[in-house]
Amino acid sequence: MVYKIVNKKRPVNLDILTISMPATAVVSILHRVTGIILFVGLAFLFYIFDLSLASQQGFDQVANTLQTSFLAKFIIWGVVSALMYHFVAGVKHLFMDMGYFEELDSGRKAAIANIAIAAVLVVLAGVWIW
Amino acid sequence: MVTQVTSFGRSGLYDWMIQRVSAIVLSLYTIFMVGFLLLNPDLTYDQWSTLHEATWMRVFSLMVLLSIGMHSWIGLWSISTDYIKATGARFFFQSLCGITMFVYIVWGIQVLWGL
Repeated sequence: MVYKIVNKKRPVNLDILTISMPATAVVSILHRVTGIILFVGLAFLFYIFDLSLASQQGFDQVANTLQTSFLAKFIIWGVVSALMYHFVAGVKHLFMDMGYFEELDSGRKAAIANIAIAAVLVVLAGVWIW
Repeated sequence: MVTQVTSFGRSGLYDWMIQRVSAIVLSLYTIFMVGFLLLNPDLTYDQWSTLHEATWMRVFSLMVLLSIGMHSWIGLWSISTDYIKATGARFFFQSLCGITMFVYIVWGIQVLWGL
């Protein structure tokens, strides 16, 4: 009856401040952080989506604000950056589900590639927005 | 054996599968939207509203709305069960997330069908 001793069903040592963070861990925690950013950022996306489809005036207002307001550009860049990162990390996750990048070496390389690809996409998104 | 009643599919395997299916829907929509906006730099209101009035687009967007709800629930549930140890605080956080998701879905449907 060994299983009776194991009454905790989930890992307990998850105090992230006490854990050393290799590239793979950074990629993992950023996947979570960008997920939270996206969930909050959705409010902004829903707002501009609503306004842009409400009327011609609303559409013009959205287009104009996104072309002139630094704050609006910064917010949309932030949300799009989070989306790009989350997307790349998600694709990496699907590859890992299929059994790739599970060894220490390939896992580390995939994590670094993830950060590099996401960084390029974040810069490209910035160029696109500005 | 998962006994957490707040997990979306009541089982880790369901959550795992739903998370991946919704991820694929969300990534296809992301690719489509980025592509559409890049191909139409001088987008007009007529083009934009015509796109979202099309039935296939409404179906696609509705799938995305529901995927957002499921995907963010499973994600935020995982995060909250990892880091928020106190049951009351975790329940409060998850309730807040649940209400927000519900608002997003209703808001999205209103935008899509209010055209």
